[in-house]
Amino acid sequence: MAVLVDEGYQTHPTVQHRFFPYAQNGGTVVAVAGEDFSVVGCDTRLSEGYSILSRDVSKVRKMTKSGLLGCVGFHGDVLTLTKMLDAKMKQYKHTHGKDMSCEAMAQMLSSTLYYRRFFPYWVYNMVAGIDNNGKGCVFSYDPVGSYERETYRACGSASAIIQPLLDNQLGYKNQSNANPAPLTRDRVRTMVRDIFAAASERDIYTGDEVEISVIDANGIDTQRFPLRSD
Amino acid sequence: MAGMYTTHMHLPRMVDMKEKVAEFWQEEASLSQPRKHTLQPIVTGTSVLGIKCRDGVVVAADTLGSYGSLARFRDISRLMKVNDSTIIGGFGDYADFQFIMKLLEQQTIDDNVVGDGVYRDAPSIHNWLRCVLYNRRSKMNPLWNTIVVAGRDFAGKPYLGYVDKIGVSFTDKSVATGFGSYIAQPMMRKAMEENPNMSVEEAKRLMERCLKVLFYRDCRSLNRFQIGVVTETESSISDPISAETDWSIGANPSGYE
Amino acid sequence: MSSIGSGYDLSAGQFSPDGRVFQVEYAIKAVENSGSVIALRGKDGVVFGVEKIITSKLYEEGSNRRVHSIDTHIGAAVAGLLSDARAVINRARDESANYRDTYQVPIPLKSLTERLGKYMHYFTVYGHLRPFGVSILLGTWDETNGPKLMEIDPSGTARGFYGCAVGKGKQNAKTEIEKLDLSNMTCKELVKEVAKVIYSVHDEVKDKHFELELSWIGKETGGTHQIVPQDIFNEAKTYAEEALNDSDDEDTDM
Repeated sequence: MAVLVDEGYQTHPTVQHRFFPYAQNGGTVVAVAGEDFSVVGCDTRLSEGYSILSRDVSKVRKMTKSGLLGCVGFHGDVLTLTKMLDAKMKQYKHTHGKDMSCEAMAQMLSSTLYYRRFFPYWVYNMVAGIDNNGKGCVFSYDPVGSYERETYRACGSASAIIQPLLDNQLGYKNQSNANPAPLTRDRVRTMVRDIFAAASERDIYTGDEVEISVIDANGIDTQRFPLRSD
Repeated sequence: MAGMYTTHMHLPRMVDMKEKVAEFWQEEASLSQPRKHTLQPIVTGTSVLGIKCRDGVVVAADTLGSYGSLARFRDISRLMKVNDSTIIGGFGDYADFQFIMKLLEQQTIDDNVVGDGVYRDAPSIHNWLRCVLYNRRSKMNPLWNTIVVAGRDFAGKPYLGYVDKIGVSFTDKSVATGFGSYIAQPMMRKAMEENPNMSVEEAKRLMERCLKVLFYRDCRSLNRFQIGVVTETESSISDPISAETDWSIGANPSGYE
Repeated sequence: MSSIGSGYDLSAGQFSPDGRVFQVEYAIKAVENSGSVIALRGKDGVVFGVEKIITSKLYEEGSNRRVHSIDTHIGAAVAGLLSDARAVINRARDESANYRDTYQVPIPLKSLTERLGKYMHYFTVYGHLRPFGVSILLGTWDETNGPKLMEIDPSGTARGFYGCAVGKGKQNAKTEIEKLDLSNMTCKELVKEVAKVIYSVHDEVKDKHFELELSWIGKETGGTHQIVPQDIFNEAKTYAEEALNDSDDEDTDM
């Protein structure tokens, strides 16, 4: 007599993976504040796991005529957050008849992030531009809104390999006979370009193209340079 | 528009099945269970591919609805014509995709009955879908789909978008979901590099080639598929096409037994 | 009715001693003051026609429409207060969306009129509500069931029709419609007749200007309700105007 055996057919996939509402879509932002200018660089790659979703997604947006916002992390939250901020910027403009200053924008971004303290926007932000006194400014954040004004900062997937370099080159850390010279636009732009070229060699989530903007009293000048696309 | 009058206390209410079902589940939940949400897909569709070309956009998907590893439904359509400017393709849970199609269908009817000729273009449908998917993920109750939006914008320019179940969205020259992102996307990117000015006909042939390779490699795919095309003037979805396959090579490899 | 309601006409919540609800009758009056609206059901579809009275030359052509789509497969034409009509139409659209949501098929005209009739009737039984000053004509067509035409009046009563007329010219219109061999006519033929009836019942003395609105649903349109295309509209309008001139000539001959 034939014996009935469990043939082991499975109607459901064995891997039960709980729904996770975030993704790490990669990307790196570097911002540097000079005396009367600031520079922001950001790559254009969008990744998920080992896949490149797109090679051409700009993650830096112009918020005012002298203020930029770079956001990397979970792209779904990036889109929602920037949409919220755009609305708030517009509302501010309509009520006060002028663009938000970088300082105001920085505080507003912090409040917006903290509002979602217990279900955070998983986004690393960087605000860069010209402040109320005409000086270059950079503000960096954690995902829940803690922020600080700085002169240089790297955030995103390659931040850990870029930040020490910035500390050394712009903060003159670990240099015994440092000779701090004022920063120039060209030097910073070239440095940011080189930094991204180097970062894209080591970080798979950084690459394809780097978008570098220089913000000063004359406005914003944006250029793009190719990076590794593998 | 729907439900405009339903909250006014004086007015007779419409019989709303959705409400009734919601009430039922609420009762059910309060009695014993924790809340039930879609936490894994059940009947699933595999890769959707999309490519932008010189005179339009082409999108393709096979007709299989899998139940785990079982090829459960072999003749379901995963492409939907939303209107003359847009076609969408759905990857992931088919029930959730049907729900999305239903919403879009009613939205298109609402647009049409107004009779002013105003319609939604592909970018607005893409953005709307992102809002729906992102909001559902934020309630920890996702619609388990990745959706490809193929069409054109109000200016008549080809448009190709992607949005997944957690609200990650972008546009590109070529997009692929699921297994297709490993196998078809590199093929499409290479083809576009070699021929940046592809015609719709060339793009369709490329799609067929990609789907055939997918059928050879993706165990949840089928060699029966539909191709949707959006051009300057119209959008249409083909009847299911069957790809000729050749497994004769299967007899040759030896030494692995 | 011509005299007064002697206190029983202040709300729809009470009958008069002789068993009438005056508010409903007044609502019907509101419909009778409206421009004429007709609909004809032929063998392959339904055609709607509206005599839209233009009270000012400053109005843009095509505004304040009286023919509407409820769903892809249902057309409607309304007589009476336009703002009331819009509320009824919105409800009709909600109902058909609701039906589609539940059953995933287009709402049958019978179900829609049932639901919409119930809705309108609701406004005739409470003192704090006012009935709709609207009569609505609803038409549909599909391959299996053919054409259907129904009317709902302010009381919420729904009736099926072969040809239907409401508004100020309804008596004359009905007389004209009765002469037609409706169930053997196609939509294409009916469009002309609809235009002709509208033109013939228009009273130039009382209302100077009017705009003709024509819409149809049937085999011709693939079961989709739509405004009659411009070329066919022009043809029908010319036909109606010529027919009117001919009859005027006859009148003067006599």
